[in-house]
Amino acid sequence: MKSDRLLEKNVAITGIGQSEVGRPSAKSAMALTIDACKEAIADAGLSRDDIDGVAAWPGDNNNGDAFSPVGPNALIGTLGLKVNWFGGGYEGPGPIAGIINGAMAIAAGLCNHVLVFRTITESSRRQVNKNAGALSNKTVGRDSSFFWQWYTPFNVVSGINLMAMYAQRHFHEYGTTEQQLAQIALTCRANAVHNEKAVFRTPLTMADYLDSRFISTPLRLLDCDVHCDASTAIILSRKEAARDGRNPPIRIEAIGSALHQPWSWDQIDLTGMAAKDSAKMLWQRTDYTPKDVGSAQLYDGFSILTLLWLEALGLCDKGQGGAFIEGGHRIALDGQLPINTNGGQLSGGRTHGLGYVHEACSQLWGRAALRQTRPHDVAVVAAGGGPLAGCVLLVKE
Amino acid sequence: MSRKLPALTAESQRFWQGGAERRLFIHRCQPCQRFFHPPAPVCPHCLSEEVAATAVSGRGQVATFTINHQAWTPQLDLPYVIAIIELDEQPGLRLVSNVINCEPAKVRIGMRVEVEFLQQEDIWLPLFVEERS
Ligand SMILES: [Zn+2]
Repeated sequence: MKSDRLLEKNVAITGIGQSEVGRPSAKSAMALTIDACKEAIADAGLSRDDIDGVAAWPGDNNNGDAFSPVGPNALIGTLGLKVNWFGGGYEGPGPIAGIINGAMAIAAGLCNHVLVFRTITESSRRQVNKNAGALSNKTVGRDSSFFWQWYTPFNVVSGINLMAMYAQRHFHEYGTTEQQLAQIALTCRANAVHNEKAVFRTPLTMADYLDSRFISTPLRLLDCDVHCDASTAIILSRKEAARDGRNPPIRIEAIGSALHQPWSWDQIDLTGMAAKDSAKMLWQRTDYTPKDVGSAQLYDGFSILTLLWLEALGLCDKGQGGAFIEGGHRIALDGQLPINTNGGQLSGGRTHGLGYVHEACSQLWGRAALRQTRPHDVAVVAAGGGPLAGCVLLVKE
Repeated sequence: MSRKLPALTAESQRFWQGGAERRLFIHRCQPCQRFFHPPAPVCPHCLSEEVAATAVSGRGQVATFTINHQAWTPQLDLPYVIAIIELDEQPGLRLVSNVINCEPAKVRIGMRVEVEFLQQEDIWLPLFVEERS
C-alpha cells in the first residue's frame, strides 16, 4: 500500500489555538500570537518545553508589514523556546506552507513538536492606511519585482484583477453564472451566522449579493475576504509522541505542494491554476479518494478560488463547479460536502491559511458547536490562488 | 491615467522600448523556434541560451479580461479594462495589458485586437485596441 511509504503520515495535528478575531483588535500582533500559541500548546497537552520546532508562512518580512507582522525569529525568544528547527518565508506552496514544512521537519527527524502559526493585523493597519493590501505592489520607483513589473504598468493594482480574469474565463468556458458563484459568499455567510468569532454574521441574500458593487468584473465586494486582526496556531507532532495528548491525533494523510507551471499569475492554466498540480500530487500520495472527504476548507481570499479548488481537488468535475454549488445545498453545513464551515475568510475573517486548518480540526474533533457538521474522519484543506497552492488531507485516528 | 513604470533590464529592454519602432518584441528561441514571455536569458522549453527579442505581428485575441471599477488610487480613470492577450504567433503565448479606445462593456473573450503603443518617459507600453481590418 503506497500510504505506508510516505513520511507525512507519521505526523499528526495534536492541538489548535486561535486568538480573538478583531476588526480591529486592541491587542498587539505579538499579544495575539501568544494567545493563539499558548492555547494550542495546552490543547495538545504539551508544555512550552516540549516545542522543539517553529514554522510560519510567510514569516516576518523584516518590515513590520501587517500582512505578517510576527515570524519565527521574534516568537522564539518571546516564548523562551529552545528549537532544533525553525523556518518561514514567502516562497513556497502558499498559506499552509508552514504546515507542510513543519510536517517535513518532523518526518525528517529534526524535531518532535512543531508550533505552526500565522498572525495578521490588516484590520489595524487599515485604520491608518485604507489601501493597505496584501497582494499589491509595494515597490518604490521603477518596478523591478519579478512578476509585478509585467502587471503594474497596466494598472493591475490588486490581486483581485488577476483572479477576476480567472473567473471571467471560467464563466466563458463553462457557462458559470454570477448566481452560481454567489453561493460561495452566501454559504460562507450562512455558516458565519453560527460562528461567534466571525467578522460578519448578518444573513445575506442573493439580492444583497447581486446589489453589491463590482470591484473588478465579474467579482464584487462580497466576493472579497474581510480583513481582521488574528493569530492562529497549530501543533504538529511526531505520531508516536502524539499518543500522549488529549485529542485523537489528526494524521497528515497526504500533502500537495506541486508547481508544474511557471510561478506566474498569467502564464498558468487560468482555470486550473497551480491548484491542479498540488491537488493531483495530494491524491497520488493516498488511497483515499475525493468521495471520502467529509468537509472541505477551501481558500476564499476571493470566492472564485474556492470554486476552482473544488474542481482541482476533484470534489466535483472540471468545469462543473458552478453547477455543483448552484442553490448552495450541496455545500451547506448539512449538505454532502460542507465547505468553509466557520464562514471562511469571506465572512469569518482573513486569518489567512491556518484558519482553515483550525476549522478542519474543530470539525473532525466535534468541537464546532452550532456549526458542527455530521461526524466525519476525513477533511481536506487547500489554500492559495494563482501560482500559490498547497493542500493537505487530514484523517482523524 | 498615471502608470507605474517598469525598470529596464537587458532582457526586458526591447519589449518596453520596441514601441519606438512601432514594433512589439517577444523573446524567441532560435533552436526550438518557440516564443516565450516574460523575456529571460534562457528558453524555458529547451534551455538554449540562443534567445532574442523578435518582432511579432502585434495581433491576437482577448483570452480573458476584467473591468476594474475600484479607485485604488486617485490617479486612475475608471473604469478600465485589464486583459490577458493571446498573440497569434503561438497558442498560449500571453501577456497582460489593457484594452483601450473601446467601451469596456463591449470587450469580449475572443475579441480580435492589435497593439498600439503609449509612450511614457522612455517606456512604450504595448496596449491593445480592437483590430481595425
Ligand atoms: Zn528553445
